[in-house]
Amino acid sequence: MRVAEIVMGVVMGIFSLYLMWKSAELPIGWIPEEGPGGGAWPFWLAAAMLLCCIAIVIRGIKRLTPESRSEELYMDKRTFRVFMLNAGGLTVMIGLFHIVGAYGAIPLFLIFYLRFMGRHSWRLTGAFALVTPIVTFLFFEIALQKTLPKGYTDPWFEPIFAFFY
Amino acid sequence: METLALLLNGFAIAFQPLNLALIIGGCAIGLFIGAMPGLGSVNGVAILLPMTFLVPPTGAIIFLGAIYYGAMYGGAISSIMLGIPGASTAVATTFDGRPMALQGKADKALVAAATASFVGGSVGVVLFTLFAPPLAEIALTFGAPEIFALMLMAFATFVGLGGDDIPKTLFSICIGLVFGAVGLDIISGEPRLIFGGIPGFFHGINFLVLAIGIYGIAEMLWTIEISKGEVMISQATVNFRRIMDTLRELLGTWRMMMMGSFLGYFVGILPAAGATPGSLMAYGVAKTASNNPETYGKGNINGVVAPESANNAASTGAMLPMLTLGIPGSPTTAILLGGMVIWGLEPGPLVFTDHPDFVWGFIASLYVANTFSLLINIAFIPAFIWVLKMPFTILAPIIFILCIVGGFVPTLDMHDVWLMLIFGIVGYLMRKLDYPMAPAVLAIVLGPLAEPALRQSLLISSGSFLIFFTRPFAAVIMALAFILLILPLVKIAFEKYKNPTQAG
Repeated sequence: MRVAEIVMGVVMGIFSLYLMWKSAELPIGWIPEEGPGGGAWPFWLAAAMLLCCIAIVIRGIKRLTPESRSEELYMDKRTFRVFMLNAGGLTVMIGLFHIVGAYGAIPLFLIFYLRFMGRHSWRLTGAFALVTPIVTFLFFEIALQKTLPKGYTDPWFEPIFAFFY
Repeated sequence: METLALLLNGFAIAFQPLNLALIIGGCAIGLFIGAMPGLGSVNGVAILLPMTFLVPPTGAIIFLGAIYYGAMYGGAISSIMLGIPGASTAVATTFDGRPMALQGKADKALVAAATASFVGGSVGVVLFTLFAPPLAEIALTFGAPEIFALMLMAFATFVGLGGDDIPKTLFSICIGLVFGAVGLDIISGEPRLIFGGIPGFFHGINFLVLAIGIYGIAEMLWTIEISKGEVMISQATVNFRRIMDTLRELLGTWRMMMMGSFLGYFVGILPAAGATPGSLMAYGVAKTASNNPETYGKGNINGVVAPESANNAASTGAMLPMLTLGIPGSPTTAILLGGMVIWGLEPGPLVFTDHPDFVWGFIASLYVANTFSLLINIAFIPAFIWVLKMPFTILAPIIFILCIVGGFVPTLDMHDVWLMLIFGIVGYLMRKLDYPMAPAVLAIVLGPLAEPALRQSLLISSGSFLIFFTRPFAAVIMALAFILLILPLVKIAFEKYKNPTQAG
């Protein structure tokens, strides 16, 4: 846990430095008649972030926080596996939104989660994989009139929209 | 008298068929969300905010307010039935609610929690009605320096009262403020913090992307991690006679209900304090004031009543600064405030004069939502138990899908969905190290309001920070903010003085 605390502090410190550099693309000082430059607000906030990160790392090294004193693993094998399956599943689903659209990705994600992670029956998995996209479509596309991504499946929806409108 | 007339007009709005349906639907959804372990009002409001685009702003806030109330009621259900708090606000309910359930008095604990929630919510909303108009009137006189001082105080409360690691809290506030600055500079109009030149950053980072990332995805990943083992659901038999018996017994607890309600309400007004410390404090006071404190933790009904009345009163208290000052009193109200911006309303005292129907319709809806939450809560106890029995492997993917679609809908941009996933994963990894996430969400909402207030103030004073100390209201607020900021240092110094060997 202590190593994770220090590593997170260092990574966020580097990110703070990046934010400071990025903010400095706009003026960070005082501009006559205009007041503080556009980069001043994020620059000084990122500088404060950096100071916080330095404090976090020092406190981690000196074992002043409960996390840095903890002997527990940041992520044991089981937690890591569950995290990777969930985060990976979500990443693949969002990626599939670009290719097969929401109405292809949602049932595939449900099949993966319900059948392979939850070990539910094919009947229950099939019911959810079928009903969820239909409800999503009716609520978002028909009621809210918000178009979800359809990827290559876009032309398939033309007759459905023709039916509703 | 004028307040009463406005409130009556508000009731006429709240009782319009659409709004009434939204209240009932919101309460029911909120109750179910609140009852799910790990999910609370903030998750429900964050995930469902994008669904409100179908209705006018008044209907939208009424719906979200009802979810907020419903979830505050629902949190007690899993605390009592499973022994797992539905949300942090219901932690104190577990102390005596769970032992009551294990003694076969689950129905009594559930009815006590619902009734106390009703009393807390009612007291809260009456105080809200009385305090809101005068506070809004004072706030109308505020200029940019006072507004910035108020925002600073909101952040200072997280440091002074949040109870989390101070560098981590400050980091969380600052990163939220920086994310709020992404997009176009409001004064020069120049692009700012466009990471990697990606066009999606030109429209800024929508607060919902961060809120759903943290309260949807990160929270679910966290809940999946901690709910490893099987949970034991208590059985509850609920019938009319048992409810009436419990209600009669509850008459004897009115003092605790009132204490919890008033304490919760005033703690709830403070940003960062909110319902969790409110309910814990109410529990502590109830135990200290009791003649037989040893019965607490073993199934004392007062141990359920005090925290439950406090957390509902606190949730109403948190709305007072949100509506009157434009400063949210809790993470959930931060999201409601962000919603107001999306619906095209300027948060702050001007809503009282510019949009009275919105404000008073919402306030009246809280009275109605409170009543419906009580009725739905008691009527649907068996249904909640059924939902709690549903495996998490069914609920989790549905909530994930809601998060993804909800993150896409406001801007119809896949860039936001990817960003939300990144926030969710990084938020989860940081939460494991006890980085508080609520300050970041509050900051991303307040950042776009705080920066112009600071820049305008400095322009007025030609760059002198003294402007925050020479105007009476601003100076008082700045002094309070300063006290809150140094409070943790005072605490550390005090502990060192008391325990020179342990401290450090």
